[in-house]
Amino acid sequence: MGTFYSDGRVFRNRVTDIIEVKGLRHTYGDVRAVRGISFSVREGEIFSFLGPNGAGKSTAINVLITLLPIQEGEVIIAGHDLRTFPEKVRASIGIVFQEVTLDRDMTSWETLDFHGHLYNMEREERARRTDELLSLVELEEKRNTLTRDLSGGMKRRLEIARGLMTRPPVLFLDEPTIGLDPQTRIRMWDYLRGVNKEGTTIFLTTHYMDEADHLSDRISIIDHGEIIVTGTPWKLKNALGEDIIYLETSDNGAAGHLLRDTVEVRGIRDKGSRGILVLVNGDGSRVLPGIIAALTGAGITVETINLKKPTMDDVFLHYTGRAIRDGGMAG
Amino acid sequence: MKAGFLTVYRRDMTRFFRFRTQFISSLLQPILWLAFFGVAMASSFDRLSAGVTAAGAAQIGYLTFMGAGIIAMTALFTSLYGGFILLFDKNWGLMREVLASPMPRRDIIIGISLSGMTKSWIQTIVIILFGMLLGVEFFTGQSFLGALVSVAGILLFTGIFSIGFLCLSATIALSMASPEGFQGITTLLTMPLFFTSNALYPTDALPEILQDAAIFNPLTHLITGIRYFAIGNDFTAIGIHFSLGPADVLLSLGALLLFTALTFTIAWKKVRNAVIT
Repeated sequence: MGTFYSDGRVFRNRVTDIIEVKGLRHTYGDVRAVRGISFSVREGEIFSFLGPNGAGKSTAINVLITLLPIQEGEVIIAGHDLRTFPEKVRASIGIVFQEVTLDRDMTSWETLDFHGHLYNMEREERARRTDELLSLVELEEKRNTLTRDLSGGMKRRLEIARGLMTRPPVLFLDEPTIGLDPQTRIRMWDYLRGVNKEGTTIFLTTHYMDEADHLSDRISIIDHGEIIVTGTPWKLKNALGEDIIYLETSDNGAAGHLLRDTVEVRGIRDKGSRGILVLVNGDGSRVLPGIIAALTGAGITVETINLKKPTMDDVFLHYTGRAIRDGGMAG
Repeated sequence: MKAGFLTVYRRDMTRFFRFRTQFISSLLQPILWLAFFGVAMASSFDRLSAGVTAAGAAQIGYLTFMGAGIIAMTALFTSLYGGFILLFDKNWGLMREVLASPMPRRDIIIGISLSGMTKSWIQTIVIILFGMLLGVEFFTGQSFLGALVSVAGILLFTGIFSIGFLCLSATIALSMASPEGFQGITTLLTMPLFFTSNALYPTDALPEILQDAAIFNPLTHLITGIRYFAIGNDFTAIGIHFSLGPADVLLSLGALLLFTALTFTIAWKKVRNAVIT
């Protein structure tokens, strides 16, 4: 993991890793919520934990942000060992919690100012940063509004602004868009991408496939307290290989026979009398015209075509053997 | 600036002044006690005890006697409720933000202790002024400077007492999951504390077992302190002769300090080990 110095700084072998976790375990009584996970987050990337509720995502993130005591394993964040220097880790990170953690009786401005005070920011810097962030998250007009009067999306934006108040090198977000409507979620992703572009490393947990897919540079799929697989969204999806083409034709049996021997086709799944699924190698959109031509040439009429690229849902299904669902215990 | 408790203090006071209804309603209760119970009881008691005097001791009306008790009662109620902000923050507010920040957790307790003390001080002064308007005879025979010293003495006792109960309240708040639980415990505490104290009557009149309870009741010691500074060390009220020496007052001060040190330590330990996710 590197060489430890007495002041908590660790000389890292790979300078680009801003979060390093090795063998992290956490149990509540008999419940093994996190069962030995290891991963690292590179400086400047957006890294996601994707998993269903109860997978151990929140437990893991709560250990990293020092809300839960570390039980077993090694964690180094921004060069500080979490076990020996939790205070230094605290000073180096920004956090957006899963639940709304705003005082509804404070204004937007007071919320940020309070945060600046908590982190010992100088008066001038505090004022400058507050203005800067209110404008970044487009809440300038709400600076003197009590947070109870903000919409769900505004509250989230204010919390993101608060997380960025001290210019932390790493921002942690636990389910950042939970409970937000689709438009607000997409705007939130834009904010987070913008923040990331400015140089902040982002670590987030989510149980939304699309969120992990659209936002992350890399994803770890986590289930039952273990990391199942880690990779870029593109690689994870490609690891499943094929695009899938669904066909309904005038003669499904003949179509299947004909296509089975084509080079681009890896397999045929019969879907009964209705249609067939064609698993293809490589890019399905390029293979498709050839398939239509071949079928037409053989006198088979194509009635319906549907090209399906693998989604994160397929990836998740593939690796965990089940689909992700909302509801149940928060994890 | 490393004084994190000032951050906590400032925020709590901002809320206090922003939402004046809580402040005003917290003053309404003592004022009603004084204006109705106090005035009514005073006219009955004072008639009964008119003939009783002790040599050299000032005779004190019932309203004046219970005025000290009402100040103490208000400090008790306000402080015992004051920790609620922690439960509120824990369930719906910014407790996670504060706990995950580099600010030492001790500062949470120090901050709300000081804001609780400030609130009690404001209330104490308002009640003294209103009480004197109604006919409470505090500081009689004292010079202006003497009265100021007496007020300072009252604030000293009230302040230590408030911090003590604020810390107790904070501990309850951090231990409870729901506002109902918090409400239940604090309500359970207030009435016994109030009635086993010398707020409305001298504890000599209580059954022996309750007299013993009164000795260990911080409220009794607060009221002893307030009476010493507001009324004097030698007086009769409700036909009973009260004589307080400096030793009695120091004993009461010591008892309050001990109580507050104890509850502060418990609250500090509680917040240090608090895990809220």
